[in-house]
Amino acid sequence: MRELLMIAVGSALVNNVVLSQFLGLCPFLGVSKKMDTAAGMGAAVIFVLTISSFCTSLIYKFVLVTTGMEYMQTIVFILVIAALVQLVEMFLKKTMPALYKSLGVYLPLITTNCAVLGVALLNVQNNYGILEGTVNGFATAVGFTISIVLMAGLREKIEYNDIPKPFRGMPIVLLTAGLMSIAFFGFSGMI
Amino acid sequence: MKANSPLERLYNGIIKENPTFVLMLGMCPTLAVTTSAKNGFGMGMTTMVILALSNLMISMLRKMIPDSVRMPAYIVVVASFVTIVQFLLQGFIPSLYDSLGIYIPLIVVNCIILGRAEAYASKNGPVSSLFDGIGMGLGFTVGLTSIGIVRELIGSGKIFGMTVFNGGATIFILAPGAFFVLAMLVALQNRVKMKKDPAAAPKACDESLCAGCTNHMCASKKNAEKGGTQS
Repeated sequence: MRELLMIAVGSALVNNVVLSQFLGLCPFLGVSKKMDTAAGMGAAVIFVLTISSFCTSLIYKFVLVTTGMEYMQTIVFILVIAALVQLVEMFLKKTMPALYKSLGVYLPLITTNCAVLGVALLNVQNNYGILEGTVNGFATAVGFTISIVLMAGLREKIEYNDIPKPFRGMPIVLLTAGLMSIAFFGFSGMI
Repeated sequence: MKANSPLERLYNGIIKENPTFVLMLGMCPTLAVTTSAKNGFGMGMTTMVILALSNLMISMLRKMIPDSVRMPAYIVVVASFVTIVQFLLQGFIPSLYDSLGIYIPLIVVNCIILGRAEAYASKNGPVSSLFDGIGMGLGFTVGLTSIGIVRELIGSGKIFGMTVFNGGATIFILAPGAFFVLAMLVALQNRVKMKKDPAAAPKACDESLCAGCTNHMCASKKNAEKGGTQS
């Protein structure tokens, strides 16, 4: 239990997926203009990342390791993730139309989110089992949601500020991300 | 220069549509591995090899791949080349393999590669696609190496491991430095553009939204329009 907690805190705050590992940077910069879309994206990522890290650890342990095909991991993982996102989308559309309405638009965007494949590969690299891998996926996604929602809040405020012209748009967002990244360094004393 | 000639493709990739500075594609590896000029260069070259090979392969297979399953087909081709290159690196350049780590397999989801496959290689012949891949890859290498040089110089006072001055602001090698350096480079680019054309004030991120890896469908649509006008 203690170990799981360490993994969770570690990947949600200390090694934040966006601000210190640079995974999933594109949605972080692209979809963080408004608070509600950022929260929607975050929820979709939590949903998919938890399921996908469970599935990929399962497949790694019971298919790839038993058949001795660990070297196929990159190909297998990316295909599993792509198929999984499609399945989740169809499943939600059929059974939970309300949830689909709020998450649906973000789902196709997640397939190529590097964080999803990144977590699957990190789970293998760190020798995480199925439970640890799933917890790691969930915590990473929570970390992503925390940072994208914070970023959206900051960007909504930045809109009203008088920024030097060359810095408008992407540069000011990157500077903000840099400052947030410094702030997240503060967590590194926690574990 | 004749359109789609090898030389024109190289020029297009390195200068006109430089993936790092102009298209702003592949931001995740751009920020993550540029802690030193050597790492940036290594990552750029690795991406270039994969991009050139996958462009060549996809261009040769373009008439065989059915339109409805082209994305999964491209992903399989790219992932196979990534796996091959990953093992070659592990065997022959282990130091680079260790310092790039997880970002080598993550080249699969690099939007430059799928973007070029969709926008260029699926519509053009093998030779020009190969050179398109090499050009884009070289452009990416130039981008990564220059960011790496800036970060390494400010962060540790070295260039490619050679000491220029002692000391340095370590923060530029750490994560926040990556954001700061890229912000400065983009701002500089905006400034130059505004000097040329004062009306071209930077738009509030509409374009960069399309540039994200996540939105590679959207990005490739944009590229497809561009590619369409060229060809």
